[in-house]
Amino acid sequence: MSAPGNFAIPERGPGIWQPKIQGIICNWCSYAGADLAGGGRIQYPPDIRIVRVMCTGRIDALFVLKAFADGADGVLVSGCHFGDCHYLEGNYKAAKRMFMVKRLMKSIGLDDRRFRMTFVSASEGAKWGAVVTDVVNTIRELGPSPITEFKNK
Amino acid sequence: MAEKKKATTKKTPSKKEDIKKVAPVKQEVKKQAPAPTAKPKAAAAPAAVGSTTKQEARVGVFICHCGTNIAGSMDIDAVQESSKSIPHVAYVDNYKYMCSMPGQTVIHKAIKDHNLTGIVVAACTPRLHEPTFRAATKDGGLNPFRFEMANIRDQNSWVHMHDRVGSTEKAIDAIKIAVAKAALLQDLYPKSVPVEKAAMVVGAGVAGMQASLDLAAAGIKTYLVEADTSIGGRMSQLDKTFPTLDCSQCILTPKMVDVGRDENIELYTYSEVHEVEGYIGNFDVTIRKKARGVMTPKEAEAKGIVGGGCNGCGDCETACPVVKPNMFEVGMKPRKAIYINHPQVVPLIYTIDFDSCVKCGICVTACGPEKRAIDLEMKDEFIKVKIGTAILATGYDIFPIEKKEEWGYKRFENVITSLEFERLICASGPTGGHLVRPSDGQTPMRVAFVLCAGSRDNTGTGKPYCSRFCCMYSLKHAHQIIEKIPGCIPYIFYMDIRSFGKMYEEFYYRIQDEGAKFIRGRVANIIEDKATKNLHVMTDDTLLDRPIDMEVDMVVLASAVQPSADTNRTRKLFGVSCSMDGWLLEAHPKLNPCGTTTAGVFLAGVCQGPKDIPDTVASAEGAASAASIPIHKGEVELEPYFASCIEDKCAGCGMCVNLCPYSALSLVEKDGRMVMQVTEAKCKGCGTCGGFCPGGAIWMNHFTTPQIVAQIDAFLLGGEQ
Repeated sequence: MSAPGNFAIPERGPGIWQPKIQGIICNWCSYAGADLAGGGRIQYPPDIRIVRVMCTGRIDALFVLKAFADGADGVLVSGCHFGDCHYLEGNYKAAKRMFMVKRLMKSIGLDDRRFRMTFVSASEGAKWGAVVTDVVNTIRELGPSPITEFKNK
Repeated sequence: MAEKKKATTKKTPSKKEDIKKVAPVKQEVKKQAPAPTAKPKAAAAPAAVGSTTKQEARVGVFICHCGTNIAGSMDIDAVQESSKSIPHVAYVDNYKYMCSMPGQTVIHKAIKDHNLTGIVVAACTPRLHEPTFRAATKDGGLNPFRFEMANIRDQNSWVHMHDRVGSTEKAIDAIKIAVAKAALLQDLYPKSVPVEKAAMVVGAGVAGMQASLDLAAAGIKTYLVEADTSIGGRMSQLDKTFPTLDCSQCILTPKMVDVGRDENIELYTYSEVHEVEGYIGNFDVTIRKKARGVMTPKEAEAKGIVGGGCNGCGDCETACPVVKPNMFEVGMKPRKAIYINHPQVVPLIYTIDFDSCVKCGICVTACGPEKRAIDLEMKDEFIKVKIGTAILATGYDIFPIEKKEEWGYKRFENVITSLEFERLICASGPTGGHLVRPSDGQTPMRVAFVLCAGSRDNTGTGKPYCSRFCCMYSLKHAHQIIEKIPGCIPYIFYMDIRSFGKMYEEFYYRIQDEGAKFIRGRVANIIEDKATKNLHVMTDDTLLDRPIDMEVDMVVLASAVQPSADTNRTRKLFGVSCSMDGWLLEAHPKLNPCGTTTAGVFLAGVCQGPKDIPDTVASAEGAASAASIPIHKGEVELEPYFASCIEDKCAGCGMCVNLCPYSALSLVEKDGRMVMQVTEAKCKGCGTCGGFCPGGAIWMNHFTTPQIVAQIDAFLLGGEQ
């Protein structure tokens, strides 16, 4: 069966690479938005796994790097829109750190498109679906993480 | 050290003890928390530390079918089978509805039979059922915070309905992630804080007034803050209310008087919320009382003017030379720079519009030496109050329908909005209740009503939602003109008539019988006849399937509604989210329509979404009841997600102190060096400090670094580590 949405269901099986994407998202906006996508039955690819934190401010830059070191092909951090943070300004502080991560990735030769920070509010179920679809499509384009390949050598 | 203490206090607590202990035990939390050695890699170490039973973590996994919601999109047997091989998993079971009583019993039984130390339920979302399963975990004899949820419905089966393999794999990983966290969960104890026995209601329309009256009747001191000069809101502008056709003023003004004289209600009109600090039970709110230039008798007395202050005589208004449009009458009547909206205002105190006042001082003379109510140099006042809970009832504005240019509002004189119609037909309105054409003052004999004006509009100009009460008030308008103007015919251009309430459909039939003409078609264009100022309404009659060009004397646009102008500012102060169209977001659309995600803040009336008067009053009563619960309980439990400092690791750099948005952190001297200290009452558990600390010295309860790293590892390294 074909799924509605901007993606195709890929072929699966042993030996076929599937992207591993780590999502770390905040409880109040993006997690709620992701739940809303469920309520609206908005279909998106299943290649993302979510870790919930109360605020994106909780996200240590090392969590993102740990995910990459563990072999994630992509990482998505998602929080509230600026000005809407449940804890006033956690997302600003997270965004600053995430810029740092992006710079670091560039300088070590890891494509920084593998990492993304987005802002999805509790009412943006459709946006959450679009964001995940886009992240998955980007990672599929970029292929497996060079770190995994390096490890397997 | 600390863990030993922990173990002794927590020796198989009986259920009753556990409940009573909540307050005293909270002291332990602080001591116990920093104890774990916090080695991200070593999964076993923290597990042993936090464990009640001083043994390896034993996690029970319970998979919910949610009927076919989950089971229909994935292979539950495969999920169950692979869950068995996840490290730390001691027991796996599944049930049709885990949240039901039998489902919860499965959890209770397994905790006892299999000596579990952590519970994972793979079901809907923690935002819906975390409280349910925490209670079940507690009933089974474990600390409720030893529960972790794997979201396999809202973020899996519902969004991957056509990808069974992908959905199953994702569910297995979600359970791995949850188990990794569950294995490291610790006992936590919610902190109880006392609740201030006072509430605040923002907005004094019918919702805010009803909520305030209910709170006041329950014995709660209520601060009612209203931006306008009088309470009453939109309802005070209406003439009659459907379907009973009782006069809006007649049912509203007694309520306004009640609000004005209730001893438990402290009324702040011409005021706004300026600043909000604190959390449920203990909000510190600053109210900005705008300078209205006129003193109440109370304020005058405080200034030593005995027997002075405004008594609403209106002498000043007669004298004032400045004329402005009266916005209460939608600009159809003049007012002076010193004004009241209408004669029934509560409180009956004049207000100076300082934007238009020329400070000539004539009103001061008119007011006289006894009352001395007018103070042209009055300044805004800031008043601080402490409240336990708050209700937002900020209401709505009319969508600026001139944006839909094809209907010619503000271009053609005889195109008016329904709110203008409401004032024109109202006995206390600018024309004394005579409906007239704005262009020539003649009585219209053919009136067109354009429904869904700006509502149900996907063009991007209007609003996509249904404004819910326009159909009904337009039917009422049709009835009113048939009644008041013999021979006048209302033409109602509609898409669908949505008459869903009690006695609404019957009202619709009645209006049909009275002779209103219904034309099913969305109005495409309105053209003015330059000579007569009559209007041509163009549409396609979808029932007769033919184009229509109808000449009418007047057009009434049933304009959409949108959140009031100040809603966005107010919601940000209280930390409430909004939906895409700006209406305030409820905690759950069905099960918690009055609550918000900010504990202690509730929603009443249209600010949550369009509602007619009965629904508004019902939601206000619901919000008042919800807001009074914590106050009557006297204390609330805060989720124990506080930060705490692992002092051995803290270098005392103090970077976290500046990061904290709540000023909860400080540097103190301990054993001859500086370390960070957390004021738990101020900490809300965002973790911004914990995400930054360069030494990893901040322990975020329930979202600890080892837990989060274990979750990441569980997914990417398969849980083997």
